Amino acid sequence: MTIDPDWIWGLFGGLIIGSAAALYLLVNGRIMGASGIVGGLVDGSGWSTWRERLSFIVGLVAIPPFFVPFYSEVNTNLTGNLWAVIAAGLLVGVGTRLANGCTSGHGVCGISRLSPRGMAATGFYLLAGGVSVLLFKHILGVV
Amino acid sequence: MRNVFSFLSGALFGTGLLVSGMVDTTKVQGWLDVFGAWDPTLAFVLGGAILPMAIAWRIAERRKVAVLGTAIPERAAPKVGRNLIIGSLMFGAGWGLAGLCPGPALASIGFGGVGGAVFLVSMIAGMLAAPPISQGIDRVARA
Repeated sequence: MTIDPDWIWGLFGGLIIGSAAALYLLVNGRIMGASGIVGGLVDGSGWSTWRERLSFIVGLVAIPPFFVPFYSEVNTNLTGNLWAVIAAGLLVGVGTRLANGCTSGHGVCGISRLSPRGMAATGFYLLAGGVSVLLFKHILGVV
Repeated sequence: MRNVFSFLSGALFGTGLLVSGMVDTTKVQGWLDVFGAWDPTLAFVLGGAILPMAIAWRIAERRKVAVLGTAIPERAAPKVGRNLIIGSLMFGAGWGLAGLCPGPALASIGFGGVGGAVFLVSMIAGMLAAPPISQGIDRVARA
């Protein structure tokens, strides 16, 4: 069994993600959930804290491109099937708001607090994600 | 000050997503692809992220108040309700279909091309549609 360098980068990147969530919790007193931060701005439920939300989004959107030149190639490898992209975006948008969280809020912040809701949500979206890849990639071959 | 730290958290989050490889949709789909060429990288990312965050929760729950004065969010009632399950299943289905969740979708928008933008617009549309869909689910459930 060999260690794939991607795993090490994954672990390192994960530690950075966890540090970001820790900073947001300990300094700002907020849970770092991407769908909640964006969703509150989209549907108006979080307009009273719009500056804090927008600042987070600006950092999240504007900073990663500065690190892209350090890589020989960065590719999101997103499927060229735009119908699939639209359907996926809609599902992610509706689903994360119904569930009140996504991979960052329920996954990173919920599991680390041993939250039953975070762990249950993570179980359900992992299950659906696995079925989705099986169905759309292997059976239907649309992505 | 809040907004400065919020920006820093967003910047760190985005950097971690880039470094970990989670902006590459094929790595996310690879993790979900249990029946194909399974890629365990995401487990290292999640594990790496949970580690600092678990420590942060211990500190936060002892201090009760964040550095900038905000109360640490209370634990949600451990109720795994209908919307949590339906929402997480929908989110997972979309996550598997495109390989994007809200955080990486934002972090990669600067270099993700047209497809990335289409995903983000669709996700925002889904977030706008979520409140009426949630009410619809409640009506069906009561009927």
